[in-house]
Amino acid sequence: MENKNNIILNTENLSIGYASKKERTIIGSNININLNRGELIGLIGANGIGKSTLLRTLTNVQKPLEGTVKINDKSLHKYDAIDLAKVLSLVLTEAVSSKNLSVFELVALGRQPYTNWVGSLSEYDMNKVDEALKLINITHLKHKNCFELSDGQLQKAMIARALAQDTDMIILDEPTTHLDMYHKAYILKLLQKLTQETGKTILFSSHEIDLAIQLCDTVVVMTNDGVVSDQPCNLIADGVFNSLFPKDLIIFDKKTGSFKVKK
Amino acid sequence: MIDAKTYSKSFIIIILVLVGCFVLNISLGSVHIPLQDVFKSIIGSSTEQDTWLYIIQNYRLPKAFTAILVGSGLGISGLLMQTLFRNPLAGPFVLGISSGASLGVALIILGSSVFGGLLTTLLVSKWSIVIAASFGSFLVLISVMVVSLKIRDTMAILIIGLMFSSITAAIVSVLSYFGSAQQLQQYVFWGFGSLGNLSWNELGIFFIIYCFGIVLSIFSIKSLNSLLLGENYAKSLGLNIKRSRLLIIIATSLLAGTITAFAGPIAFIGLAIPHMTRQLFNTSNHKVLLPAVFLFGAIIMLICDSIAQIPNSDYTLPINAITSLIGAPVVIWLLVRKRKMIF
Repeated sequence: MENKNNIILNTENLSIGYASKKERTIIGSNININLNRGELIGLIGANGIGKSTLLRTLTNVQKPLEGTVKINDKSLHKYDAIDLAKVLSLVLTEAVSSKNLSVFELVALGRQPYTNWVGSLSEYDMNKVDEALKLINITHLKHKNCFELSDGQLQKAMIARALAQDTDMIILDEPTTHLDMYHKAYILKLLQKLTQETGKTILFSSHEIDLAIQLCDTVVVMTNDGVVSDQPCNLIADGVFNSLFPKDLIIFDKKTGSFKVKK
Repeated sequence: MIDAKTYSKSFIIIILVLVGCFVLNISLGSVHIPLQDVFKSIIGSSTEQDTWLYIIQNYRLPKAFTAILVGSGLGISGLLMQTLFRNPLAGPFVLGISSGASLGVALIILGSSVFGGLLTTLLVSKWSIVIAASFGSFLVLISVMVVSLKIRDTMAILIIGLMFSSITAAIVSVLSYFGSAQQLQQYVFWGFGSLGNLSWNELGIFFIIYCFGIVLSIFSIKSLNSLLLGENYAKSLGLNIKRSRLLIIIATSLLAGTITAFAGPIAFIGLAIPHMTRQLFNTSNHKVLLPAVFLFGAIIMLICDSIAQIPNSDYTLPINAITSLIGAPVVIWLLVRKRKMIF
């Protein structure tokens, strides 16, 4: 029983893909994963394997073909939009439409599920926004507009916005693209810090496999054979990473936990 | 969000400017009326000459109020469209509302030669034009709405709106080809736009529909703000995209549709006012932008109308030309000075 309470998100016989009137394109099927509360979870897989589709399904952007996704043991389609916005926040790959928003305004939009009909911020909302800015260390950028920010700063602001939404779980779609090596590590390290300090569950998709192995509590690996999730060291021991990519170019080195180019 | 309070000083200033423009607008006209008599007639006491009272109360006041409704309404519908489509080129007429209205009016004015004499009899009373314009924009609106319920992509709706404009423009061309010179002139005059043709009764009906549009816009403030992030983010914040989109489209159509019906297709204001406001109020928060656009729209329209009157002369220039002549250089100047398109 205790074990069950510890699970924030689980899928049951989930099939993902696209359905039109004529045909169904199944991208992944029979997916059963359990994500524990308070963990940092990385989702990795080759290009085109269906990471985005899985994330879109987990976040209710698209419907599952079969099976269910449950958050806090409640099926996703039973949530109404506002309630879901209170348990799940997103950081997407797409850019914000209006670059003229100040960082403060951007982060404050995260409070929308809680504000009244015209979106007024209460003192509690303001505190939550300030808290989020402080946790991400961008309080000094508060009055800058988004078009003045670097990619790394913008990504931090987007994470602060998701934090201000005050949800149990945050899902990020490739938060490290466009960033240099330092900022990739910085953002993922920041996510790790957030899970430890706030107890939130954070799931992100990424191509930074070596960083994910080092930082994540759990790694979800998508391969052609299916979806597995476990602690990174167990996955290495099982040789899961070897099946991630075609073996003609790169091989996984168990000792260093990273990929090497074949000589 | 930075609250409207931060901008209270700017708001007081532009409200004062609005009042100034209002007084200026009704004190100028083909007949010179001293300022004190203007004030007297506004509060309803008798003036030195009875005709002055009549001119102010039955001609200039309704015209000034029409200018305020037209300017603010077009500005707000432009703001709604720019945010909904996240496109700085969008204006109140992107959904094809004005072309729908034009089609309605063209059918009434020009169509008589095509459809024969029956229509000519009930032709071209002011109400028939208003009804034709409303009916035309309503038809286009319904088509866009049906499409928008089926289509998820907001950009597709934008393009479909533009296509509707092309279709109606083509029909109007065909009608013009068959129309007589007199009918063409009549149609062209409608296209010039006019603020001065409304009686108090007509203004009353105009005002009621306008209010519906404004109330819907106010209720859309929160969803407009979340749409600034893009539709997927807005959805993740718990926003019902389809419902908000529908509300915004209805608000725009009510505003732009009635304005076009009563004052003709007034160009430019709807596109330019939101940009001018954004340049002067450095924010994207619609709680600030909406009232600011309201005030700016009213001010600019009053100024344009004052200029169109050509004080102390009998000429009235087409308002549609003045709005573009005044507005376009202002926007260019603002963009050049700030070197940045803020959206």
